[in-house]
Amino acid sequence: MSSAPFPTVDQAALFEFLLRMGDNALILGHRLSEWCGHAPALEEDIALANTALDLIGQTQLWLGLAGEMEGKGRTADNLAYLRDATEFRNVLLVERPNGDFGKTLMRQFLFDAWHLSMLQALRSSADKRIADIAEKAAKEVAYHLDRSRDLVIRLGDGTAESHRRMREALDDLWPYTGELFIGDAADEELAAAGLGPAPESLKAEWDGVVGETLTEATLKKPADGYMQRGGKRGVHTEHMGFILAEMQFLQRAYPGATW
Amino acid sequence: MSSEWPLWEVFIRGQHGLNHRHVGSLHAPDAEMAIHNARDVYTRRNEGVSIWVVRSTDITASVPSEKGPLFDPSNSKVYRHPTFFDVPEEVGHM
Repeated sequence: MSSAPFPTVDQAALFEFLLRMGDNALILGHRLSEWCGHAPALEEDIALANTALDLIGQTQLWLGLAGEMEGKGRTADNLAYLRDATEFRNVLLVERPNGDFGKTLMRQFLFDAWHLSMLQALRSSADKRIADIAEKAAKEVAYHLDRSRDLVIRLGDGTAESHRRMREALDDLWPYTGELFIGDAADEELAAAGLGPAPESLKAEWDGVVGETLTEATLKKPADGYMQRGGKRGVHTEHMGFILAEMQFLQRAYPGATW
Repeated sequence: MSSEWPLWEVFIRGQHGLNHRHVGSLHAPDAEMAIHNARDVYTRRNEGVSIWVVRSTDITASVPSEKGPLFDPSNSKVYRHPTFFDVPEEVGHM
């Protein structure tokens, strides 16, 4: 990999940021992979698996860079398979259970809308490695958003049954969206160094995209009430342990196993 | 569920300016989603630069059992093939 020095920013903050990007993609990718073979139609099954694979690919880039930056010889695989729940930095939204197909799509849409804004902002990161990953990932995520947005509109503005399911999904997931826009000390460090956007700065655009889409889907945007948070600093819901148990089983049971 | 969706035939144009080629079929509720699905099912490995979809029911096909009357008569008419012209060397491969 490149030997350019990492910019003069608190290294712990940068590591934290890279883990957050990587872990969001990893955990959501894993959740989507749970649908493989179970989606309501073959075409949707393939589309979800494709999205999952895109996200796992992005994970390799973010966690790879995190490991390189840390300088302790940890690879993307080490970080993905050998950390415990409290060391993961993904937002709570992506670890929410799949629920029905509508809920999975709503979670995807709410995340995609944030993800695309985030990656677009990161394309002008002061660190070229971050900008390069964002450039590549943004193209994939633009398609993810295209698709999830389209399906949210179709199902929201569909039958009485699909509308009800989408409304329930939206109300259930909404309290988990706030965490995407709450910055902390690490975020401030990064924003000050020009490496990434302040999370709060992405809210207006997200509100716009989400608001427009929900209107078209005939769904009522919930009020911003109490917002759940904790994932970004390693405080997860009870679901996280189960995800890791499945995802990490092989490497935990047979350390170093390869094929 | 997919059995309730109509069937679509998918045509993909490859990288090198070739014609759209039939690659298969899939189910989708409408044309827009058929394009999305075709992208996911048939173009993940950089197969194409353009997608066409058409409802399978909109295709009119010749009847296989009429193959004889339709195609056999052309077998015995070599003059229909432009093989009697001398092509100048400079033209190269045609």
